[in-house]
Amino acid sequence: MFRPKTRYVALPSPRAGVGEEIDRLKCPKCDTSLEPARLTTSLGVCYRCGYHFRLRAPERIAMLVEPGSFHEEDQQITATDALGFKDSQPYARRIEQSRASTGVNEAVTWGEGVLAGHPLVIVCLDFAFMGGSMGAATGEKITNGIERALHRRLPLLVISASGGARMQEGMLSLMQMAKTAAALGRLGAAGIPYVSLLTDPTMGGVTASFASLADVILAEPGAMIGFAGARVIQQATYETLPEGFQTAEFLWQHGMIDLVVPRPELPAVLRQLLDLYVKNEAAKDFELEPQANASAPTPAVRG
Amino acid sequence: MTDNGSIAAATWEQVELARHPDRPYALDYIHAIFGNFFELHGDRLFGDDHAIIGGPAALDHRTVMVIAQQKGRTTAERAMRNFGMANPEGYRKALRLIRQAERFQFPVIAFVDTSGAFPGAGAEERGIAWAIAENLVALAQARVPIVTMVLGEGGSGGALGIGVGDRLLMMEHSIYSVAMPEACASILWRDIARKVEAAQALKLTAADLKRMGLADEIVPEPSGGAHNDYGMAADAAGAALRRHLATLEAVAVDRLLEERYQRYRRIGATS
Repeated sequence: MFRPKTRYVALPSPRAGVGEEIDRLKCPKCDTSLEPARLTTSLGVCYRCGYHFRLRAPERIAMLVEPGSFHEEDQQITATDALGFKDSQPYARRIEQSRASTGVNEAVTWGEGVLAGHPLVIVCLDFAFMGGSMGAATGEKITNGIERALHRRLPLLVISASGGARMQEGMLSLMQMAKTAAALGRLGAAGIPYVSLLTDPTMGGVTASFASLADVILAEPGAMIGFAGARVIQQATYETLPEGFQTAEFLWQHGMIDLVVPRPELPAVLRQLLDLYVKNEAAKDFELEPQANASAPTPAVRG
Repeated sequence: MTDNGSIAAATWEQVELARHPDRPYALDYIHAIFGNFFELHGDRLFGDDHAIIGGPAALDHRTVMVIAQQKGRTTAERAMRNFGMANPEGYRKALRLIRQAERFQFPVIAFVDTSGAFPGAGAEERGIAWAIAENLVALAQARVPIVTMVLGEGGSGGALGIGVGDRLLMMEHSIYSVAMPEACASILWRDIARKVEAAQALKLTAADLKRMGLADEIVPEPSGGAHNDYGMAADAAGAALRRHLATLEAVAVDRLLEERYQRYRRIGATS
């Protein structure tokens, strides 16, 4: 299910540390040999053909939030091998290897930050950690993020990149779908806006739970998004899959997402959405009845 | 190694029993346990999916809403039921019935028996993931008691799409897994022949789920499996359903929903 070739581009960021060495990269779509510096400037988008490289969670967050505003939570939470699972190698060893190679403890990073003046909760999956798969600890961190948004009445942004459920945690993994969905049900009932950004790839149990349960769903151009993988579908049905099957553009055509947003435009789109959905903010800009509300208590939404 | 091998073989026997072609399916249980089952059809959006069936039925003094995944027995019926693999329409029909159950305050009884949601191009085009996700929320929030019972196979998100509730009961030889062993073997070993190892590693038997605290009760089957005596299997299933439903009906609905939330919230919790 997980393609072995990794196509990450590490961008200098306040958190990651500026000046990381990036080798000359080849665009997997147009084969152009890319200059690291220009690729960094273009936010990991091929400046020749627009291909969006996969990004690590810290890079994504740094691209969006006001510098220094992001406070990560639950950094210490890490996967545990509850089932004693072993495939070609023990799951416990896979966890160790993933932690060592990615420098993070789980496939998700979350915290509070400020985007275009709006305090919000950001939850960002990291495909580099075991394919962004959702295990129990992943689901726990995501749910903690959702519950924080609920308790602090902050808008929620979740950025997905995941192959789906984490096989090595069996049913404990599957049940994270129910857990995250139940938490989002409470968030929705409380009238707190949730924006989901789907990036390459978002598949399986992640698409079939929190990633698709947003008030507004955005996706990056060309991102593969779906439930069953194309290979599985072809094996099961022998169907010829249409051109562009399961791409962000395909899903948009089928009414499953609201907008395909090129990466450089994302901050502006999120700003627009937050201005509209976060209560009292949209009204403030229009200066509706400024005098009539003069004695009303100051809205507590803005931090 | 031998021990491991024999455990794997025993697990695989459970998988085969759960998929036994003569095993009673949802309609066999429904007709044996409930009176007056009236099947409702269609999702009111696109079509009617015969892999998920449902409608009101009588259970003792009350009406319940039954939602079930249904496999076929004959070749023709298997094709008609799409081998129990639902398309988005099945999940959206289920959603319609969940909402209706809430409106009329019918408890929901969900019978799970599927290897998974249908992996097809049409299912993707019509948003199978969206349909399942929406049901997860609807079931988490439905203000009526919900008892889920796994009859044979509980496969992945396709099972969970009708499988969130206040109680999870499993027939003795049923299985419930994040992915079917064949799919897991194909993903992790890139070799479908490793399915027996995968089945063991996944911890998917009713006994495994009970041990992990995910299943509330294992419903005993007649010797050798439910296919040996449909009546006995249905009696045991019916008795367990009545008992759990009675307990849940005594709980105030706000508390019921809080307990349902916590039931999932604590799975994998770190503190």
